[in-house]
Amino acid sequence: MQALSISNLTKTYRNGVEALKGIDLDVEQGNFFALLGPNGAGKTTTIGIITSLVNKTSGTVRVFDHDIDREIAVAKSCIGVVPQEINFNQFESVETILLNQAGFYGIPRPLARERTEKYLKQLQLWDRRRSTARTLSGGMKRRLMIARALVHEPRLLILDEPTAGVDIEIRRSMWEFLRETNERGVTIILTTHYLEEAEHLCRNVAIIDKGRIIVNDKISNVLRKLQSETFVLYLRDTLVAAPTLPGFGVTRIDDHTLEIEVSKDRSLNDIFVRLAAQGIDVVSMRNKVNRLEELFMRLVRASNAPADAPPDAPPAVQSGAGR
Amino acid sequence: MNAVVTPSRARTDWVGFQTIVLREFSRIIRIWGQTLVPPGVTATLYFIIFGSLIGSRIGSMGGYAYMQYIAPGQIIMSVITNSYGNVVSSFFGARFGKHVEELLVSPLPNWLIVLGYISGGVLRGLLVGAVVTMVALFFTHLQVQHPLVVVAAVLLTSIVFALGGFINAIFAKNFDHISWFPTFILNPLTYLGGVFYTIALLPGWARAISQVNPILYMVNSFRYGFLGVSDVDLRLAFGIMILFAVSLYGLAVGLMYKGVGIRE
Repeated sequence: MQALSISNLTKTYRNGVEALKGIDLDVEQGNFFALLGPNGAGKTTTIGIITSLVNKTSGTVRVFDHDIDREIAVAKSCIGVVPQEINFNQFESVETILLNQAGFYGIPRPLARERTEKYLKQLQLWDRRRSTARTLSGGMKRRLMIARALVHEPRLLILDEPTAGVDIEIRRSMWEFLRETNERGVTIILTTHYLEEAEHLCRNVAIIDKGRIIVNDKISNVLRKLQSETFVLYLRDTLVAAPTLPGFGVTRIDDHTLEIEVSKDRSLNDIFVRLAAQGIDVVSMRNKVNRLEELFMRLVRASNAPADAPPDAPPAVQSGAGR
Repeated sequence: MNAVVTPSRARTDWVGFQTIVLREFSRIIRIWGQTLVPPGVTATLYFIIFGSLIGSRIGSMGGYAYMQYIAPGQIIMSVITNSYGNVVSSFFGARFGKHVEELLVSPLPNWLIVLGYISGGVLRGLLVGAVVTMVALFFTHLQVQHPLVVVAAVLLTSIVFALGGFINAIFAKNFDHISWFPTFILNPLTYLGGVFYTIALLPGWARAISQVNPILYMVNSFRYGFLGVSDVDLRLAFGIMILFAVSLYGLAVGLMYKGVGIRE
C-alpha cells in the first residue's frame, strides 16, 4: 500500500509563482523517504498541500488511499507533521501543547495524558513538562514539535527540516529516535538541507527542483550514479603551480592545498605514486563534500542546463524503485 | 465536511471542540489581569461618574433611576467588547504565532473550529458580564423581570460579536488591524446604541439614524429583560440578532473553507 500517492500536483500562487509544475510521487508504507531540493524548489509547498495548509491548484493527493479532496478528516488523522518553523503557542506549557494537540485529534484526556508522558519521556522533555515552551532551547523546541506530531500516533510522519539549527549531538539522538519510529512501522518523509541526514536515514529519495521531481529512486541507486569524487589534499611543502596528473582534474587551492577529482574507475594509489614522483608529499586528505551533496548539485545543475548543453552530468533519474 | 457522520467522527469532533473551549478558557484565566479585571475597573468608574456623580442630577430615565437604567447597558457593553476582543486577539494571535496550524492540520472540521473560538468568546463575555453585574450590584438594585429575554439577548449578542471578532482576525494582517474596527466602528456604535440614554430623548433625525444601529436592538432587548422597558420592538430586535448571528457564522465558516488568511 502507498502511504502517500501524489499525481500531477500543481500549485500556482496568487502572485503567479508556479511552485509545483505537475509532480508525481509515491511513498510506500513503511518507507523512510527523503525529499530534497534547494530553497524554493517546492518541498514545503508539497508538504503544505499534503497537510492542507496550502490549497493546491490541481492534481490529486491520497494518504493511505484517502483522497484529501473527499476524505480530508481521515487523511489528516493519518498524518503527523513537524513543520520547518516553530508553530506552537510559546506561552503554553510543554505538557499543555501535547494535551491540546491530542484533543484536536479526538483523543480523550486520560489517553492523551498517557501519550503525553510517553512521548515527552522518549524525547527527553518530561522534566520540562511544566515549563513554558518559549523557555526551551532550540533543540528542545524541535523535539517538542516531534513529540506533538506523534501524540496521535500517526501512520505517516512528515518532517520539514527537523534538525535545522540543532547541534550535532541532539541531531544524532533525533536520528536515532526517527529510525526507531520508522522501525515501529511509521512511514517517514523527511526534507532536509543536511544531505548526510538523508543518506544516513532514508531508503528512498526524491529530488525536487523548480517545482519538478528530477530524481526518484533508492538512495543506493542514486549514489551509484556518481561518476567521480573530489578529494582535498594537504601538502607538506609549498606548491607554486598545480602538478600535471593526466586523467585527473587537479586544482591548486593555495600553497599547501590541492583539489583532485577522481573518477570511479581510477585508483587513489595512482595519485600518490604520481605526486611522489614529482616530489610532492601529502600530509593528509579528506573527501571534499558529502557524496550525496555532490550528486545533488550535479543533478540540479543538469536540470537547469539548456537542452543543447554538453552532457557533463548524469541524466535525471526517474525510476520506479522508490514507488 | 464528511458525507456520513459516524459516531466515532462525532466523538472525535466533540473531544476536539471541548479542547478548543478549554484552551480558550485557560487563556482567559491565565491572563486574568488583562481579561477579567479591567472591565470591572472600567465599570466601577462608569458607575461612580455617570451613576453617582452625574446620574444623581439627571433624575429618572424610562421610569427608573439613572443608575439603574444604565446598568443593563453597562453589562451588555462589556459583553460586546469582551466577546469581540477575546476572539479577535486569540485567533489573530494564533495566526500570528502560527499555532493556528495545530488546528488546521487536525481532522477537526472548519465549522467546529469556528464554533470553538466563538464559544471561547461567549465564555469570556459571560464571565466579564458577571463581573460587571457584581460591580453594578454595589451601586444599584437590579431585578430581572424577564430572565429568558436576558439569557437569549446576552447569548445572541455575545455570539454576534464573537463572530465579528473572528472575521476581523481572519482579515487582519497586523495588530493595528485588530484595533481599528473596535476603535472606529464598534465603540462609537456601542456608545451611540442607547447604553447611557433612551433614544426617546433624541431629535427625530438622530432617532432615525440610531435605528439602523444594530447595537441599539441588543442593548434594548437586554435592558427589557431587566427593567421591562425598551426603545425597540423585541421581535425585531431578536430577528436582527438571529439574522446577524446566522449570516456571520456562515461567512466565518465560508472564509475558513476558502482558506482566507489561513491557507496559501
